[in-house]
Amino acid sequence: MTYSDELIQDLEAKARKIRRDVIVSIGVGVAGHVGGSNSSADIVTALYFYKMKHDPKNPKMEDRDRFLLSKGHVGILQYSALAEAGYFPVEALQHTKELGSFLQGHPDVQKTPGIEAGTGSLGQGLSIGLGMALGQKLQEIDAKTYVLVGDGEIAEGQIWEAAMAASAFHADNLVAIVDRNGLQANGRTKDRFDSGDITAKFLSFGWHVIEINGHDMREICKALDDADTVKGVPTVIIANTVKGKGVSFAENVVGFHNGVLSQEQYDQALRELS
Amino acid sequence: MGYTNQRQAYGNTLVELGKTDPRIVVLDADLGGSTMGKLFEAAYPKRHFEMGIAEADMSSVAAGLAQTGLIPFTNSFAVFAGGRAFDQIRQTIAIGKLNVKICGSSSGLSDFGDGATHQCIEDMAIFRAVPNMTVLCPADANETVEAVKAMVDYDGPCYIRLNRNDYENSTPEGKPFKIGEPEVMKEGTDIALFATGYMVHLALEAAAQLEGEISVKVINVATIKPLNQQAVIDAAAGCKAVVTAEEHNIRGGMGSAIAEALAKNPKPMEFIGMKDEFGCSAHNYKELLEHFGLTTETLVEAVRKMYREF
Repeated sequence: MTYSDELIQDLEAKARKIRRDVIVSIGVGVAGHVGGSNSSADIVTALYFYKMKHDPKNPKMEDRDRFLLSKGHVGILQYSALAEAGYFPVEALQHTKELGSFLQGHPDVQKTPGIEAGTGSLGQGLSIGLGMALGQKLQEIDAKTYVLVGDGEIAEGQIWEAAMAASAFHADNLVAIVDRNGLQANGRTKDRFDSGDITAKFLSFGWHVIEINGHDMREICKALDDADTVKGVPTVIIANTVKGKGVSFAENVVGFHNGVLSQEQYDQALRELS
Repeated sequence: MGYTNQRQAYGNTLVELGKTDPRIVVLDADLGGSTMGKLFEAAYPKRHFEMGIAEADMSSVAAGLAQTGLIPFTNSFAVFAGGRAFDQIRQTIAIGKLNVKICGSSSGLSDFGDGATHQCIEDMAIFRAVPNMTVLCPADANETVEAVKAMVDYDGPCYIRLNRNDYENSTPEGKPFKIGEPEVMKEGTDIALFATGYMVHLALEAAAQLEGEISVKVINVATIKPLNQQAVIDAAAGCKAVVTAEEHNIRGGMGSAIAEALAKNPKPMEFIGMKDEFGCSAHNYKELLEHFGLTTETLVEAVRKMYREF
């Protein structure tokens, strides 16, 4: 499969816009997950604007592909993608986490169109996604389920319960993407809780593993397309990323896991992402 | 029909309902032989999911299945259903109001041999505290059949608590189950005796023994939440005092729910149940119930005491 320069440039522009939306949703003087949103932004953009079959006007379309944000603390990233896709107005993003807002601190299936299930207690999204994939298979719905997990998150044991189960059920319509940005809330993942060789782990659990640069749009699109050709086993895409990507002062900075932007930083971030 | 075991009633009813409702799917965590999920597995192997010994994963997978329009029933022992998967149930199933049915099998002291680790005396309290969760505790096998039908008809998260052992039915076959409604099983005017699960059987025995001495009204509380508050008030009205009986900790269970309902129309109350202590192993169910004071005789004495004192 080839990817035209135009397609890639469009997706890159969309990812920049989504990163700007994230900054706007966070605003000034209030903590928000800049780091993990920006590390995942290219992947999420490729899913919503290249790969997934979905309809913002009909969020419950039966044969839609589904996306689950297992690392639910970056809900603002998914909200930005959903808004850009047309599920709700982009202006609504400014009201994220406000009292009464339909955009909660973590994804809420009851409140937000386009959210497939509540996530945020880490480690559970892959299991939920497996349930969806099994439901799709059982009902012969030709669709896939994509689940984005963090590399800190995979310390949760349930991830590996799901990994084992997905393999046992031959869930080849389930695709996990690990955002390997190397940082978690309290420091470098390698220092705080070393999850070791993730590729070897998933391979030993019976998954097809693809490793990519999670900021190279061409590589992301190709990995997502390649996953379609894998039969009989689930696929995991291990995406090497930079936490805070695109905002120079936040890149690889632990403090911006859930950081507060000053007015100056807010303005600078929007300039850098323009 | 004609079951005398809630697990048998549960498993067979799922098979029966599954004949005409392809949305029903069943998940087990290597306990299908006990939960009777094995019956569904034998009948509809494609719609049964053996999830391995992984209750957390099972519960989240059920959430995902429900989001594709299916009606998943997850089976495990009550102690694991709520204990090992509380967070999964709270975060995704309850907050999302997903249509997942959770079966807590071998609840209370009914798994007599396995001891405290397997005797769940907290599940009603746990699930009663979770918003959006419906909590059922049918009296017997007959009522279990109807409760399972009601669970399928109800769109939303629902927990059902089942007993492991055989015992005779107190409720009739085929009586439609109304979620939320306590039911007067025997009229009486002196003491209102609210019971749930197997304790309903003992409550009726106690009321019969006291006939001619004290007039006992017996109320079956098969839905712990939601609970029709006015129906509880009406049931207790005119009685001198209230006794509750449950195979569960007296902290936070059915008795507490009755006390909450009666708070503005208070009655003197006595709570029969596990007195904030864990169970233990015994060679049979009856012996264990006697050890913890969950017997007809205890109920008779509690009713007499309340009748004398108030």
